[in-house]
Amino acid sequence: MNDGTPLNGTPAADPDLLYSAEEDALRDAVRSLLADRSDPATVLAGLESQAAYDTGLWRALATDIGAAGLLVPEKLGGAGASAREAAVVLEETGRCVAPVPYLTSAVIAVTALLGCDHDQADVAAPLAALAGGNAVGVLAVPLPTAPGGPAAPTVRATADGALTGRVTSVADAAGAELLLVPAEGPDGPVLYAVEAAADGVRTDPVTPLDLTRPLGHLTLDGAHGRLLASGDRARTAVAHALLTGAGLLASEQLGVAEWCLAETVRHTAERTQFGRPVGSFQALKHRMAALWLEVASARAAARNAADALAAGSADAPVAVAVAQAYCAPVAVRAAQECIQLHGGIGMTWEHPAHLFLKRAKSDELALGSPGRHREALAGLVSLDAP
Amino acid sequence: MTDAEDLRRRTAELLAAHPPASTERLDFLRARFDAGLAWVHYPEGLGGLDAPRSLQAVVDAELAAAGAPGNDPGRIGIGLGMAAPTILRFGTDEQKQRLLRPLWTGEEVWCQLFSEPGAGSDLAALATRAVREDGGEDGDEGDWIVDGQKVWTSSAHLARWAILIARTDPGLPKHRGISYFLCDMTDPGVEVRPLRQITGEAEFNEVFLTGVRIPDSHRLGEVGEGWKVARTTLMNERVAIGGARMPREGGMIGVAAADWRARPELRTHDLHQRLLTLWVEAEVARLTGERLRQQLSHGQPGPEGSGMKLAFARLAQEISGWEVEFLAEDGLTYDDWTMRRPDGVDFTGREAGYRYLRAKGNSIEGGTSEVLLNIVAERVLGLPPEPRTDKDVAWKDLPR
Ligand SMILES: Cc1cc2nc3c(=O)[nH]c(=O)nc-3n(C[C@H](O)[C@H](O)[C@H](O)COP(=O)(O)OP(=O)(O)OC[C@H]3O[C@@H](n4cnc5c(N)ncnc54)[C@H](O)[C@@H]3O)c2cc1C
Repeated sequence: MNDGTPLNGTPAADPDLLYSAEEDALRDAVRSLLADRSDPATVLAGLESQAAYDTGLWRALATDIGAAGLLVPEKLGGAGASAREAAVVLEETGRCVAPVPYLTSAVIAVTALLGCDHDQADVAAPLAALAGGNAVGVLAVPLPTAPGGPAAPTVRATADGALTGRVTSVADAAGAELLLVPAEGPDGPVLYAVEAAADGVRTDPVTPLDLTRPLGHLTLDGAHGRLLASGDRARTAVAHALLTGAGLLASEQLGVAEWCLAETVRHTAERTQFGRPVGSFQALKHRMAALWLEVASARAAARNAADALAAGSADAPVAVAVAQAYCAPVAVRAAQECIQLHGGIGMTWEHPAHLFLKRAKSDELALGSPGRHREALAGLVSLDAP
Repeated sequence: MTDAEDLRRRTAELLAAHPPASTERLDFLRARFDAGLAWVHYPEGLGGLDAPRSLQAVVDAELAAAGAPGNDPGRIGIGLGMAAPTILRFGTDEQKQRLLRPLWTGEEVWCQLFSEPGAGSDLAALATRAVREDGGEDGDEGDWIVDGQKVWTSSAHLARWAILIARTDPGLPKHRGISYFLCDMTDPGVEVRPLRQITGEAEFNEVFLTGVRIPDSHRLGEVGEGWKVARTTLMNERVAIGGARMPREGGMIGVAAADWRARPELRTHDLHQRLLTLWVEAEVARLTGERLRQQLSHGQPGPEGSGMKLAFARLAQEISGWEVEFLAEDGLTYDDWTMRRPDGVDFTGREAGYRYLRAKGNSIEGGTSEVLLNIVAERVLGLPPEPRTDKDVAWKDLPR
């Protein structure tokens, strides 16, 4: 497992950038589930329901398909797969802007727990619950937090495990049963598990830009939790969870971009103006072809990050920074082009394009903006600032 | 089926029989060709072993480790990348036997007589004529007599052979009246004139063809089917890029990064931001090429190939432009304006100004970026084609 130590500019020996037969099979299963239950019309209708996420869809994805436990070893109640498989799930959920807490619970919270000592019952039990899709957990950090982590936790812990403080803009907080809270204890960093329903915990929903990924502000007022890890172990568990989240977010961004491009091609090939399909005008064709090249490149970058994370490669920090710096703007551009090339219909609420723009733009800020990742890269590959 | 182990054994045998230290370069290359280790995916007897293309890397690594001489792909790029796959697919057995070995060893350099002053992107509009001579008694056994002008012909001054397309029936629509020939550049009537370019040197040429006599045995494919043959050449031209393996910071971005590390006094925040962006894009282009290579070796060629040339051209231009700007006063100078006739392009050896100027050609040569975007849009994305006015009109009636 990666300990966060960067290795200067040495790429993984032999990254496998393709999809295996098992990954293709997993994709087929997830795609057909999402086609049934998370088509754009369903997602749009769900937005009005005020639910934190689509519980039926989540159960089918997390439990029936077993996607929630992909990152968890079998002996701990999971499927014993890797970041490569989880990345495939995220490509598909991204392609449908599926309103499910996959990234937050099954990737980030699960990875944080895996970074703790899972011989302990306090770690193993929630891990099994998240892996089985029986509970949703989130790491209590603001969504824009980059893999380097927050400068200092905004929550303080007393020696007996009472937590006080506020964490803003936590993704999927409203639907979570379990909060993994990084805090500053009397002897340094600690990571606590807190039940969302416990006394002293308040979640205030925020109106999010991306309606398919709800945000909440958490206020902890002497809430009691169970200690998961402390010291360096707590710090690296959180850092690695964020690194994994950022690396796999690239696959979600790839999925978002893919949908936008495919839908734009489909629409412009059908829409007729001036006596010909608008997609036959070169000014539009070239924009779509350029986008196609970016999407193809984003796929290579996202696969490389997933493979480096799966292999526990020392190159993972570089691979993740490259993938985030590249894929985030591609998803935003694809969504913007999608709306522009749809014309007026692209500006309507009924057309799902806006869901993808909102997701893409919020994903660009999530887990470190492209600029933050480029900055991180400067240090990792010795291109020092002036 | 030949596997990696078998190839290692054959490579070891080649090295034992022809130790690189005591063997003449050409002798070694010929022996390597004859052992089937030149391009292992080619047929047996033609420099290959019918092995999977991906296994070439095994041979190359062993030979490089043993210090074996290379076949200088810079000089022979057109032969390797374009002429060879076309000859392999459309050539007769005799043509393959005669031409492929000296092509691969570099003893015979090839050039591509496609573009004309009036036919660049619209290559099928070409006007160079090939007229069949009356062969006497046998009727159609005559040679072809070729007249016309080609332009921007890289390496024509070094070339022994050319792939040539010419019009054999002006009465047919433009794509249907073309035939494909192999032209001996030493024949009378072939005149090569250097064409000085933006960098000061003359990499390419004008080629004048006046009554050049080409025997019918040097035709590839059927009469009038030359466009089909040319498409094989052009497809290979684009795939040839991007398939090669590169290390991180390989190529031009490596030079730019090295400049940055070496000259702290020239750094600015703006240049830092832009360098990091280019570094990311170069790394992603490298990974995209690597993914393409992996797809090819699994026998599932993806459409990424057509995009690699686009990405490469844009990056080369942006990185070299960044470099000239970063170098400040040194960016105002140029290393050498003399009209040299180089063997190939030197993207890492010469100075930044040369790279900057030469990179401008990357989005023009081998199909412009605009034309490649059309290809991606229509063939990969399936977007509707542009309306065409020239499709069913005889070439001779087209406006020119
Ligand atoms: C360094 C270098 C080496 C070369 N080597 C060789 C060689 O060895 N052999 C050989 O045969 N040729 C060679 N070429 C020629 C090259 O293939 C042509 O220059 C190229 O195909 C473009 O043709 P053109 O120059 O006639 O430009 P044009 O076709 O006249 O194009 C002019 C502009 O119009 C654009 N354009 C044209 N058609 C379209 C369209 N349908 N849609 C949108 N835009 C369009 C082009 O993109 C370009 O920007 C070389 C060129 C260079 C620069």
